[in-house]
Amino acid sequence: MLLAKPQPWHDPAWPGRVTSTVIFLLLLLPAGYITEFNPAVFFDATSLRASKQFLATFFPPAHSLEFLQLLVQSAWKTVAIATVGMVLALGMALPCSLVANRALSLSRLGRHRMGLLPAIVRAGIRWILSILRSIPELVWALLFVRAVGLGDTAGVMAIALTYGGMVGKVFLEIYEAQDTRAAEALLVNGAGRLQAFCYGTLPSCLPELLSYTVYRWECAIRSSVILGFVGAGGLGQQMELSMRMLNGGEVLSFLLVFILLVWIADRISKGLRTWID
Amino acid sequence: MSRGIRQVQTATAASLGDMTLRYRDGRVALDAITLTFAVGEQVAIIGPSGAGKTSLLHVLACALRPTSGTLAVLGTAHPWNTTTATLHALRKRIFLAPQMPPLPPRQRVVHTVLAGRLPQWNTWQALKSLLYPVDAPLAEAALARFRMEDKLLLRCDRLSGGERQRVGLARMLLSAAPLILLDEPVSALDPVLGLQALQTVQEEARARAATMVVSLHDVGLAHAQFQRLIGLRDGKVFFDLPSAQVTPERLADLYGMEPPDATSDAVAVDASGIKMSRCF
Repeated sequence: MLLAKPQPWHDPAWPGRVTSTVIFLLLLLPAGYITEFNPAVFFDATSLRASKQFLATFFPPAHSLEFLQLLVQSAWKTVAIATVGMVLALGMALPCSLVANRALSLSRLGRHRMGLLPAIVRAGIRWILSILRSIPELVWALLFVRAVGLGDTAGVMAIALTYGGMVGKVFLEIYEAQDTRAAEALLVNGAGRLQAFCYGTLPSCLPELLSYTVYRWECAIRSSVILGFVGAGGLGQQMELSMRMLNGGEVLSFLLVFILLVWIADRISKGLRTWID
Repeated sequence: MSRGIRQVQTATAASLGDMTLRYRDGRVALDAITLTFAVGEQVAIIGPSGAGKTSLLHVLACALRPTSGTLAVLGTAHPWNTTTATLHALRKRIFLAPQMPPLPPRQRVVHTVLAGRLPQWNTWQALKSLLYPVDAPLAEAALARFRMEDKLLLRCDRLSGGERQRVGLARMLLSAAPLILLDEPVSALDPVLGLQALQTVQEEARARAATMVVSLHDVGLAHAQFQRLIGLRDGKVFFDLPSAQVTPERLADLYGMEPPDATSDAVAVDASGIKMSRCF
């Protein structure tokens, strides 16, 4: 009697899990069909030969002194574009995210509902941020290349606008995902909004903000390479020339520099996090 | 002496008239509460968990808007009918220490304590102090009154529950608020430290002639340290009496228990399951 015969037990979550997996896979099939994704195409004799020929030119990577100078110069330019773009993006994202932060609403405090004007301002800023980031930086770059001509300014502005929208939105999410009670307790005791942010929100979310900013900087480096392809300066512009001339050695050197830059960004991010802790 | 105190006590620090508070879902949190707190008075609120003690303190702190009835705090009648700016200026003169004070985990204690000064500081002073703590000796002195001076440079997430509570109280010492509201301020402290911490905040309130309202689950402590006890139950004022008149029978009634036998005293009530607090 103490140990009853074990009844067969069914996890009630199991059928739902199976169904959702099957539905997901079924939805994936038409997507593959529409994009005509067919792995067999890689192993087609002609494409195999073409890739082999191009890849064969990769070795050895280009390393003439003249080319290395160009490499360092354009790498430096790429980092500069990414950094300046990122600083401008932060300059826009930080104030926007502070103003739009719902957790710091004074009119909402104790009333459960925000005042009409603050609600409109907050929603407006969220809309602006989402419009900015929904236009890809490549499109911004093409627009700015038209407006200010070929060169680095177009790249900087493209990164500033798209990334400003992204960083602002993610910062907002980070603030609001934190335990907001510390900031609210300060607000209730009469602290100002910026004060409550600095003493209540910032201490707990600073590492996340920093590491996301460094990650975005890393993305900006990669992105400025792509922007270079449409004439917005930096490594991308040079790499596009090498690709066009089918100079595999130079392409490989550029790729190695990308990997190095991303690795450096990763180290910086890690270093910042341990320093903060 | 008693004449002097009486004269001071004629002024009202806060009053509630027929005040009702409903939650968003319509449940009644506080039901037709009428209470008056004189300037300089120290009052303890007791009652079973969920009776509305925390809500009452939040209404007094202007952190929750009453659904109906009247509210006057520190000379401002109907603070919720004023502008947001006026209301917030009033909040600068009220200090509310929430139950288990929410402290940012990565913040150093020195900044946490100095945050008590924020209402008096402008934004620049606040930012400057984040770069290099101003008034750190003041924070250290405040911590010393709770035997915590050695924790000044520790991060808040390295503190125990009792230490966090005392940091919250040290923050109160740095505020200049004439109305002090403490929600279960010593619930995580042992009886000796708890009494000592409570006495420290009471001295401070007396020294600055501040009005203090404290919710306590330790009925014995409330009985011993406060002249006036308010019993709250189901959102209603169950009794509002000088503590001498709060008998064990009344307490048993308040907590909905069998009346104690004649030999037990108020302290004995404490031992029987009152220490339950709400969990979320």
